[in-house]
Amino acid sequence: MNVVRPIAAPGRPAVATLGLFDCDIHPRPLSLEEYRPWLSTEMWHRVQTYGIRARHGFAKGYPFPKAAPFASRRDAWPPGKLPGTDLDFMRQQHLDYHGIDIGVLNPLQPSGQGDQNDALSAAMTYAVNEWQLERWLKNEPRLRASVVVPYEDGEASAREIRRRAGDPRFVQVLLLSRTAEPLGRKRYWPIYEAACEAGLPVAFHAFGYSGWAMTNGGWPSFYIEEVSEHATSCQAQVASLIVEGVFERFPTLKILMIECGFAWIPSLGWRLDKHWRKLKDEVPHLKRAPSEYLREHFYVSTQPIDEPEQPEHLLDVMSWIGWDRILYASDYPHWDFDDPRTAFPSFIPAERRRDIFGANARALYGIPAV
Amino acid sequence: MAARYVVAPVAEIPPGGRKVVEAGAGRRIVVFNLEGEFFALLDRCPHQGGRLSGGKLCGLVESDEPGVFHYDRKGEILRCPWHQWEFDIRTGKSRHDPNRTRTRAFPAHVESGAALTQEGPYVLETFPVRVEEDYVVVEA
Repeated sequence: MNVVRPIAAPGRPAVATLGLFDCDIHPRPLSLEEYRPWLSTEMWHRVQTYGIRARHGFAKGYPFPKAAPFASRRDAWPPGKLPGTDLDFMRQQHLDYHGIDIGVLNPLQPSGQGDQNDALSAAMTYAVNEWQLERWLKNEPRLRASVVVPYEDGEASAREIRRRAGDPRFVQVLLLSRTAEPLGRKRYWPIYEAACEAGLPVAFHAFGYSGWAMTNGGWPSFYIEEVSEHATSCQAQVASLIVEGVFERFPTLKILMIECGFAWIPSLGWRLDKHWRKLKDEVPHLKRAPSEYLREHFYVSTQPIDEPEQPEHLLDVMSWIGWDRILYASDYPHWDFDDPRTAFPSFIPAERRRDIFGANARALYGIPAV
Repeated sequence: MAARYVVAPVAEIPPGGRKVVEAGAGRRIVVFNLEGEFFALLDRCPHQGGRLSGGKLCGLVESDEPGVFHYDRKGEILRCPWHQWEFDIRTGKSRHDPNRTRTRAFPAHVESGAALTQEGPYVLETFPVRVEEDYVVVEA
């Protein structure tokens, strides 16, 4: 007898036979009131009276227009609400429709990360972590949380990571890519130490504001420059992490770069290696060529994937980084969202796409097969 | 030959408005009224498949040199709700690569209800109820 079964997830790519993991979903609160249950009276007073103070020159909003309101898909607005605020809407439009097996939450705005006030940043990030559990994970077993940390305060960040250690609902530590000092500096080492203890990878998601101009020539004029600039600022972060000796000190540390692009990675490896051969006397704590640390410790997410004109160039880049180091990301509900059915060109071999959708994230996050 | 689909009374799609219709098995088409002129596009972005009907209609900003801008063709440029790819609703051609990147455009026009009821070969006996209205017809 033939049985017609409805398609469970019409938007799921057929090649995702080892699971479909999305390592970049952005939830947001309708208002700061949602965090209030986990903020002390004093901190709530501070939030109300002084507000969130990002490290850039604008009291409200962003330095650049984000292509679309709230940087979001026009069709991702739940009726009467903001994008990313409604679990049912997210289920319907994304988790169910695309058949996502595991989705990792990366709360970006407002989260208190990178705030000028360290104490407020610590209180806010704690609240955001509790909020992820209560508001999202409690009702949706497919979602996982990130440990949002007040990264400009290494010790406070380490406390927050240790508070979450051993809780399988948290699968990574989340930083933003623009920090007050390069990420290899000692002030950030407590983060790496606590993450290694907890067995969690450290992800940094593109954006955030450091207090510095985002290019070393100053502030650019346009959003297109801001979004393209991640290739250069993330190079500085990768170089710093490697050259400061972070991976010699923390050999089990894994770094995931989300939304940072990746075609720039091989050339950074080549250049570091070239100079290291002549200059290694300056950095005797490095025991291996910089590119070896790069390939061993770094993972990347796909959205937005680089699009060279020649297909083989993309394949070469991905192969250099490592086919097991690349994770699918949707960036839902943001405007530059990647539909898993169309995100990857078909010239990427099917078994590679299968791993990018499932096996690689499963291995990085240590999530066993269902 | 393209089939003809009577998709809506004219009054249902006011100027500046739009309607998503199904024409053929599961084929979604979005119909626009641009100040009385009707245009129909396949409701699927050629980039990643976003539904164009959820996009914003805007105009065209052009520039002859840095710092000098012209804004015209208001309401004629459709932006995909996902990645902001822009399409000319008159032709379905994209702004950034009009010859290679385009969504399919279908002819659309207005016919009087009275004329439509004359079409055959099988014409039911009709009563003169709404035949004086005009209807939007898409050839898809």
